Amino acid sequence: MEYGRQASIVRWMTACFHCGLPSPERGRRVHFLLGAERVFCCAGCEAVACTIVAGGFETYYRTRTAPAIRGQGRNYSEDQPADDRSDASLILEGLRCSACTWLIEQVLRKQPGITRAHVNYATRRAQLAWDPAKTDLRSLVAAIRSVGYDATPYDPQRQEEAHRRERRSALWRLFIAAFGAMQVMMYAFPAYVSDGELSADAAEMMRWASLLITAPVLVFACQPFFAGAMRELRHRRLGLETPIALGLAGGFAASAWATIAGTGEVYFDSISMLAFLLLAARYAQLVAARRATAVLDGLMRWTPSNALTPGQHVTVPPGERVPADGVVEQGVSSADESLLTGEARPVTKGAGDTLIAGSVNLEQPLVMRVTRAGADTRAAAIARLAERAASEKPRLVEAADRIGRLLTGVVLVVAIAAGLYWGNAWIAIAVLVATCPCALGLAAPIVLTRANAQLLGRGALVTRSSAHAALERVTDVVLDKTGTLTTGQLTLSQVVLLGHADAPSCIALARSLEASSRHPISRAFGPGASITLASVQHVPACGIEARVDGCRVRIGTERFCQDLVGRPAPSHPDVGVFLANEQEWLAAFALEDAPRPDAVEFLAALRKRGLQVHMASGDPLAGGMSPQDKHDYVERLQRAGRVVAMVGDGLNDTPVLARADVSFAMGSGADAAQLGADVVLTGNRLGAVTEAFDISRRAMRLIRQNFAWALAYNAVVLPLAALGWIGPWEAAIGMAASSIIVLLNASRPLTAKESWKASTSSSPSRSLSYS
Amino acid sequence: MESLYLLVPISVALVFLTGWVFWRELHSGQFDDLERPAQDVLADDDR
Repeated sequence: MEYGRQASIVRWMTACFHCGLPSPERGRRVHFLLGAERVFCCAGCEAVACTIVAGGFETYYRTRTAPAIRGQGRNYSEDQPADDRSDASLILEGLRCSACTWLIEQVLRKQPGITRAHVNYATRRAQLAWDPAKTDLRSLVAAIRSVGYDATPYDPQRQEEAHRRERRSALWRLFIAAFGAMQVMMYAFPAYVSDGELSADAAEMMRWASLLITAPVLVFACQPFFAGAMRELRHRRLGLETPIALGLAGGFAASAWATIAGTGEVYFDSISMLAFLLLAARYAQLVAARRATAVLDGLMRWTPSNALTPGQHVTVPPGERVPADGVVEQGVSSADESLLTGEARPVTKGAGDTLIAGSVNLEQPLVMRVTRAGADTRAAAIARLAERAASEKPRLVEAADRIGRLLTGVVLVVAIAAGLYWGNAWIAIAVLVATCPCALGLAAPIVLTRANAQLLGRGALVTRSSAHAALERVTDVVLDKTGTLTTGQLTLSQVVLLGHADAPSCIALARSLEASSRHPISRAFGPGASITLASVQHVPACGIEARVDGCRVRIGTERFCQDLVGRPAPSHPDVGVFLANEQEWLAAFALEDAPRPDAVEFLAALRKRGLQVHMASGDPLAGGMSPQDKHDYVERLQRAGRVVAMVGDGLNDTPVLARADVSFAMGSGADAAQLGADVVLTGNRLGAVTEAFDISRRAMRLIRQNFAWALAYNAVVLPLAALGWIGPWEAAIGMAASSIIVLLNASRPLTAKESWKASTSSSPSRSLSYS
Repeated sequence: MESLYLLVPISVALVFLTGWVFWRELHSGQFDDLERPAQDVLADDDR
């Protein structure tokens, strides 16, 4: 059995089987493992490898694409509190490739009592849940450490610290390159303009000064490019860093040789300028990405308290975050829910109103009853979805990476061929530098991240990055009426008496019957059961039956009640819910579903965008469609060549949401996470749907422009460089300019009116009206 | 022309000196937040 290339390299250079570092003569360890003698650099690596193999996880060594970090038999302080928590989010250190995430998940799943173990490679976080009776956090962390990784409880401060370090070092490199480039340019200037007046001594001194300053620029500032190229080399994958690193190193080596030998051309100015321009593009990329993920970070940074349990009463002081989802029991205040809904205006909260975890209580203390805590809260569900979207690589980006790799191969071959043909290393370097397809790699990711962040700020959480591409093609929108166009909160509008009982007693009876149900219809009758019932039965899609003083009563559809009474109902207006007992018809109730305030505007906005709008209502009052009907309806549209977006809110919408090309789900509906929708409307604002269409369409247009520009640039410049018409400094400017143009284009506004006015207010009416 | 033989080495030394100063400023947090401090002058909260 072959355990990867690492194994073959191992014997040749006596690198450690586990971490790939060279193992010293002294302290080297040999262990018979996986059918061969394996060399280890230290006892730590040996122990870790033995643990991995003993656990049956040797697949790790076959599938990994990077060696592990050194398992230095570290002495970890046992600082994990052994409390009675049952879930946690850990930051992992030492992740090198996706095989690492697999290994950690496998090891964790073998632990007794573990119920959930999910490792996210992109965010470097592990989500764990366990049975506190069988295991605790300490032993789970120990299990992770036993295979050579470090895990610490997720701590926003550490994350912040890491971001700061990254930013500082990027700025530092940028500064070195900028200042160095400036200075080297000055030394190069006399040689360009002197017309032979410059004495040979002075020229040589300038060259040496340039060498002295370019050296730190190359060795220190350009280190990320070399590190990236090394990584690509190790993975045996051609990437974007390889040509850059080769161009920089080759140019420097040739210039340095010319300086030392005293003959030949030097291009220190071009090299340091290229380094500066590339680093500037990188820095801009870093800042753009940070700004785009700031909204997400806010959401992820705050985690709901795990110490609470549903049913508990908590006082939330003003200025504090609500620790869990709940209902206000006492007090009147207002809450800022912008973190979750994107709605900037405070929402008034009084007794009976729901509070969402993560919102901020603004005015008075509130006493709340917890309904959902910890990982069950809406905030946690949204954060999980957002995390999934962030860790997923959209097909578009993958395709760009593939094309980029292909182009890199072409560039390398052309560079070598041109260099050999002309017998001039500078032409090879110019080809490498000028045609590196860096811009291609930048084209899509930034636009997508920005689009997601802007939509989240407007109350639409994109859970799959591929949704943008689908949204752009949508021709038809299917709307679920109940709960989507309407608030879904029914109110009693009319009572028609059909028998001898009077209205108050009929309502009281209906209210008592419906009190046991959580159906939206039930809530129309209001709270407060006053009549004691026996043997209550819920008949799906029909109604409720119970016994009152031994007599059977039913509430529900006309048919359901008719079965009990035995004769058809007396004439009545067109109403929806009936009440009857064994002897007679009692009453009919008309219910009204209030439309959302922005529904009319929303429909107009969709039509204005050239979208065909369809209604698919499951509302039994409107003789509605079953989930299967809705599914078939969407399927029919798709078969006719339409691309369908579905907006729904209930759990029974799950099949049709999955069937549609893009799906939107109301965040207030059934657990948004369960619906598996592509976009979750966290703010329950319909305007967010039209905004999603606008932003996605614009984002896709920007991406296409970027691709077109990047590819066109490369197509034009490759033959020019290969013909030797492009000098090193022109190559440097061309390459950096193409990246920066793509970056600037990616930073263009995504909305029609993304001005300071729009960004300071996100009131629904205004955001809707910009169309 | 002879002054070049003095000025060029001095300029090289200055580059490294400037680099060192920037390094110190960077690590004292001078460039950590490039946005908020610029808006601080506009805020009316200096009691």
